[in-house]
Amino acid sequence: MTDFPGTTGLIFNEPLLWEKGKKGRTGFSLPRRDVASYPLDESITGDGPDFPDLSEVDVIRHYIRLSQWNFSVDSGMYPLGSCTMKYNPKTNERQASHPGFAGAHPLLPPHLSQGILQLMFELEKFLVEITGMDAASLQPAAGAHGELAGMLLFHAYHKSKGTPRSKIIVPDTAHGTNPASAALCGYKPVPIKSNEQGVLAPKDVAQVMDEETAGIMVTNPNTLGLFEENVKAIADIVHAKDGLVYCDGANMNAVMGIVHMGDIGIDVLHLNLHKTFSSPHGGGGPGSGPVCVRNQLEPFLPVPRVIQKDGHYLLSIDFPQSIGKLHAFCGNVGVLIRAYSYVASMGAENLKKASQLAVLNANYIKEKLRGTFHLAYDRPCMHECVFSDKYQQIHKVTTLDMVKRLMDYGFHPPTIYFPLVVPGAIMIEPTETESKENIDLFIDSMNAIANEAKENPDLLREAPKSAKRRRLDETAAARKPCLRG
Amino acid sequence: MKELSEINLPDDLRYAESHEWAKSAGDTLKIGITDYAQDQLGDIVFVELPDVGDSFEKGEEFGTVESVKAVSELYMPVGGEVVAVNSVLEDSPELVNNSPYSDGWMIEVKPDNPSEMDDLLTGDAYLEKLKG
Repeated sequence: MTDFPGTTGLIFNEPLLWEKGKKGRTGFSLPRRDVASYPLDESITGDGPDFPDLSEVDVIRHYIRLSQWNFSVDSGMYPLGSCTMKYNPKTNERQASHPGFAGAHPLLPPHLSQGILQLMFELEKFLVEITGMDAASLQPAAGAHGELAGMLLFHAYHKSKGTPRSKIIVPDTAHGTNPASAALCGYKPVPIKSNEQGVLAPKDVAQVMDEETAGIMVTNPNTLGLFEENVKAIADIVHAKDGLVYCDGANMNAVMGIVHMGDIGIDVLHLNLHKTFSSPHGGGGPGSGPVCVRNQLEPFLPVPRVIQKDGHYLLSIDFPQSIGKLHAFCGNVGVLIRAYSYVASMGAENLKKASQLAVLNANYIKEKLRGTFHLAYDRPCMHECVFSDKYQQIHKVTTLDMVKRLMDYGFHPPTIYFPLVVPGAIMIEPTETESKENIDLFIDSMNAIANEAKENPDLLREAPKSAKRRRLDETAAARKPCLRG
Repeated sequence: MKELSEINLPDDLRYAESHEWAKSAGDTLKIGITDYAQDQLGDIVFVELPDVGDSFEKGEEFGTVESVKAVSELYMPVGGEVVAVNSVLEDSPELVNNSPYSDGWMIEVKPDNPSEMDDLLTGDAYLEKLKG
């Protein structure tokens, strides 16, 4: 009998802090007053905010209990993968909490911020080397902001040539934010479909590429977890009409140090430091989405830029063709520190190995579960593999039912119903950090669920059974949202 | 999820391959999504419809429907001008799930070319397409 990580256990109830407080309780003692008391102006006195009075143990238990209701990458496997968050080595947190970094103020003059400026200068160099590009900006706050930066760079490039353009080609396997970012810049997104192998065909790009089109936004590896193997030929088609190629590098986790993005014709690439470079970003932020560019686009990068002069690091705004400032100060610097720590502690060889293991792990799952679940595209995948609920439909069991059941086995559900080109999609990204033993347990769980779909489908429809909260009414939550307590 | 044999496809409607239906109502047409479409989408939580007076060509996107799974586009089965929209769906999108062919209708259109109705599929032909 396989010992799955999921089990039933004692889960503590916990009220809101406001329901828990008792007048007069306290969790700290103030030092004795050593100055004379002074009456406050009446205009700023009155009743304080409605905060509960709590003891230290009240507060500690409250947050520990809440954390136990949660599923985290520190407690179990998260087959959502880097799409949400891969495992974040704790050394990154340690480095970011060094007082010199944690206490650095963005308004300090450069001569008092040499350490952090050096870190940013070197991180740009690291990212450029890892991706095979020429220059980078660390300013964008996250992936979609990087896309926006990329589109502004496209525009600045064509404008500098005196021929601004109006359209952008976006394939159906690109991230959904791509067409939105293009539209936000005033470009008209031109959608094209991927072929039956799940990748772009050069002829389909050639058909729509013209002198009105600023370029193409390709997600590579794409959202099906497949490598766009025709990307070089596509880049040649786009470049022949003086268009530019944007690569959404959100899936860079699969190809670090392996694909030289400059060589395959990419002009602008964004990275998600909070995914690939292992900075935590649960709950919506903060992220960091640097853009890397080829030489011809470097003059347009956002300002201020960190430059090196006479052995010192400075912030310079002296780039007259720059698209300007995209973020307050220098971007989300806390995330940059963690990414620097990740790159420096891994080293070149291990970054490459991380990508190789991420791809190996995904292909292992793909091969082990093929047959049990319908494989959307039967070909080698990159860091994630996409199944669907096609074989389970005869039991009237859906993707949603199966992944809810996965929680009972002790795994977080994977990404579902995305990418949209696969109906009932189950997208699994194990990442590089999971051991073979963990991955085998995950595979056994998926197989067990497929059997339950046949033999006891109601079990799946009612799942999860052992979580703190049972199946949530997502429909009611969306139709009649209750946005306050 | 329904079996294909359980999908309700009334005979007095015409169907588009993009899963909309159209029903003749005198000079105008009522348009909505099929029983198959609502079943595939799952619980619908939001329907975004055009304004009265908007005109669309056949095949053009006239709105979106959002379910707990995904957001999907709605396409005009025939071209024409929108003369009415089912504003009840704003507060009760579940009508599209519960009665896709009656209370769950979406827009009413004055067709530019009423003969475009003839290009749409009968219930049987649509079912054949679904079977692939």
